[in-house]
Amino acid sequence: MSDYAVLGKRLPRVDGPVKAAGSARFTDDLSLPGMLHGKILRSPHPHARILRIDTTRAEQLPGVRAVIVGEDFGDYRYGLRADTRDEYPLARGKVRYLGEEVAAVAAVDEDTALEALELIRVDYEVLPAVTDPEEALLEGAPQLHDDKPGNISVHMKTGFGDVDEAFRQADYVREDRFYSQSVLHGFLEPNAALAHWEAPNRITIWASKQSPYFLYRNLSNCFNVPLSNVRLIQPYIGGGFGGKNGGYPVDFCAVMLSKKSGRPVKIVLTMEEVLSSHRRRHPMIVRLKTGVRKDGTILAHDCRIIADGGAGTGVGPSTIANAFYFLNLPYVVPNVRYEAFRAYTNRPISVAQRGNGIQQIRYAADVQLEMIAHDLGLDPVRIRQKNAVYTGYRTASGMNIHSCGLQETITGAVRAAEWDTHYRPWREKENEPLGRIATGVGIACNSFQSGARLTGHNCCTAVIKVHEDGTASLLTGSTDSGQGSETVLAMIVAEVLGIRLEDVFVPQTDSTVTPVDPGSFGSRVSSTAGNAVLIAARDARQQLLPVAAELLKAAPEAIEFRDCKVFVRGAPDKALRFRDLTRQTVAWGSGTSIIGQGSWGQTVPPMNFETGEGDASGAYSFGTQAAWVEVDTRTGRVTVPRMVVAHDLGFALNPLAVEGQHEGSIAGGVGHTIYEHCVEENGQNLTPNLTAYGLPTVYDLPREMVSLSIETIDPVGAFGAKESGEGTQVSTIPAIVNAIHNAIGVWITDLPVTPEKVLKALRDKKAQAKATAEGQS
Amino acid sequence: MAMQQMQLKVNGTLHTVMEQPHRTLLEVLREELGFTGTKRACRVGDCGACTVIIDGKAVLSCLTLAVEVQGREIITIEALGDGDRPDPLQRSFVDCGAVQCGFCTPGMVMSAKALLDENPHPDPDEVRRAIAGNLCRCTGYAKIVEAIEDAATRLA
Repeated sequence: MSDYAVLGKRLPRVDGPVKAAGSARFTDDLSLPGMLHGKILRSPHPHARILRIDTTRAEQLPGVRAVIVGEDFGDYRYGLRADTRDEYPLARGKVRYLGEEVAAVAAVDEDTALEALELIRVDYEVLPAVTDPEEALLEGAPQLHDDKPGNISVHMKTGFGDVDEAFRQADYVREDRFYSQSVLHGFLEPNAALAHWEAPNRITIWASKQSPYFLYRNLSNCFNVPLSNVRLIQPYIGGGFGGKNGGYPVDFCAVMLSKKSGRPVKIVLTMEEVLSSHRRRHPMIVRLKTGVRKDGTILAHDCRIIADGGAGTGVGPSTIANAFYFLNLPYVVPNVRYEAFRAYTNRPISVAQRGNGIQQIRYAADVQLEMIAHDLGLDPVRIRQKNAVYTGYRTASGMNIHSCGLQETITGAVRAAEWDTHYRPWREKENEPLGRIATGVGIACNSFQSGARLTGHNCCTAVIKVHEDGTASLLTGSTDSGQGSETVLAMIVAEVLGIRLEDVFVPQTDSTVTPVDPGSFGSRVSSTAGNAVLIAARDARQQLLPVAAELLKAAPEAIEFRDCKVFVRGAPDKALRFRDLTRQTVAWGSGTSIIGQGSWGQTVPPMNFETGEGDASGAYSFGTQAAWVEVDTRTGRVTVPRMVVAHDLGFALNPLAVEGQHEGSIAGGVGHTIYEHCVEENGQNLTPNLTAYGLPTVYDLPREMVSLSIETIDPVGAFGAKESGEGTQVSTIPAIVNAIHNAIGVWITDLPVTPEKVLKALRDKKAQAKATAEGQS
Repeated sequence: MAMQQMQLKVNGTLHTVMEQPHRTLLEVLREELGFTGTKRACRVGDCGACTVIIDGKAVLSCLTLAVEVQGREIITIEALGDGDRPDPLQRSFVDCGAVQCGFCTPGMVMSAKALLDENPHPDPDEVRRAIAGNLCRCTGYAKIVEAIEDAATRLA
């Protein structure tokens, strides 16, 4: 359809060869002369007052160069907004979760640092802990923060339309409770930082950050140094998924230990530290009441959420707001009411994770829609088609849909899943005996923001340096944590300048060189940074045009850039090589530099964290997923042999990268649905390694994954592109849970779907059927 | 703990190092010999990111003491190829989109290499078994399996 030379092609990623060769350097692969190794002492209690810390013996251990505690950071606290700064680099006064950072040591090697940790004596007064968010909100619950009474970290209450009237008019209303558990980001590269403090006030840090400019600001504030003196260099990132956004204790401690020791310090967490105490997804209890007409038309949602925020606020306000925004999409909901409490608990801090708050709400809403379809004898595909939003739709809360291919994604997913062949409603099957392996299919839809519009600085900036030999460097602060954005942004440069992908180099983010950027979160890079790159590339081309026009003796408007050539449209023999044009331009007159620049920010006002009114983004993606499940009725084990993703991504800038995002979303979603769970009991972490935690292996994921891209050419995103890496994980859970119902007739409203829960649900159903039969006889 | 002299044959070259006997092969490869292509992730044998090949078999270097593998043939990712002259496996991983964040990639490639060296024509089940101990969060494994099958075809 499109006549692009580079975009839309299945091009291998530009950083693939160095990564496959093992020569790509991640933070832990770096070392500096004289470098020390840091280790962090963590709290053995979920809640305790720190009475005294004695570091004397640790400091005296040969090989130890620095020991730090909370007081070393003064009163510095950090957080998303001024009113939510409740995190400390090292605990002050109290510890609030198991594994919270209490002290840190830098020594000549890791073994010495570990030995020193054992020599630090901390006297605690153990306090009662609360690890359940509902209990945390009760009167008399242990309190985490003195200035946040009732353990309320975030409270949001809002509504649009007339929900009570809608329920009165509804033919059918049902209310259900859903629970989504505590899961991790699951990146394989543990958090790591290598810091070098140069007196009097210069910081250089290499840290694994998907959004490095959070930490850049954090460090400037924490250490009171100008931003020009904070040099954050971004090595390759071994996965982020939301767990490497901001500054964390590992980063602050590396810098403070370096400041104190005068030597570079590297801290690399162990996986056990990540699994026990690093940030994770918000567990959520969702109570959802929905009213429909008898044909399945949704009239209203009334939703109450209790989210487990852990011991700090993090980006929690955005999570709570997101859950509200996406109560309104992807189905038409004319009336909506929402109240959410994000409770502080004595657990590690909950933050954004691929889908940030939206998985949890869409799991509830899409499974409940399936329940309603079942109760009313409606077809699951048709009920979704009936309620699907469309281009030009405006939600009750004021979100504006400028492009929408939701219907096409439903059609595409149904076709690819061979739905009509495999789907039989549970009602038709329920009187047949369950075999050893019961099979079922399920479907669910999604929507997502294409670049979260948060408050504050929200624009991306790109600088393109065109070298005299016809190659180009793209300076961007948008990082690639594995999703392939570096490749996609380089493809945009290549497309506009008419050069090859391999002619474009994207150096790593370096805060003293690359432009400030909000970060790689909320699915913003391809669409938002993409537009900035497009503007910058056009700017660079504009600077080349006068010389091209002169050399080709043609009007600038008639000149095209393609295939490493610059030529007159309609007269391809009137051409010169791009590299000849750049050489000539650079030497023109007394010489010049070709530097294109572009900035682009979200065009909608910032999210309203109070009321949720207005847009969450300038563009929204839509999608549908279909799952095929097999349930072993003897063991309760659920497997997903086949899954389809059909996604309206606007335009597939690189279909190979898009497929990778879709498949990765399935992996994260299947893990969340069936396998993964952080389990703590009596203040102990029962899942301290990846095997116990349940990160899926190749045996746990669908053998067959089908990825369909529906292109709607959005008016906002770069070249019409919308997001394609997070929305795709939003509907994985409900598609699987709906398929499980279709297989065995039970609803799983409590994640993960463990074999125990499946067997119990089957037993309960049998007992209920027996009781009903006896009651009738 | 007392240092001990060790001789390790890595990628065909004999290296003599002074090391404590409790040091793992992973630590010695990365910290003493500079083979940082072998990744340190879980350190307890769960994830496979540290996979190397010893005498033809894929081995977790985080669970292997360096002192134990003196005199054996140790192969790391660095021996396979580089950006200019990649091994067919590395080329297939890149071309098939099997690389995303890249942190699991060297370990995956080494597990695949051990498989293809022993069994040049594996069926899909054999490919999956070979990487069952290598975790990846980014890809869902589909393109990794495809890349290994693609490399087997290229090598045939």
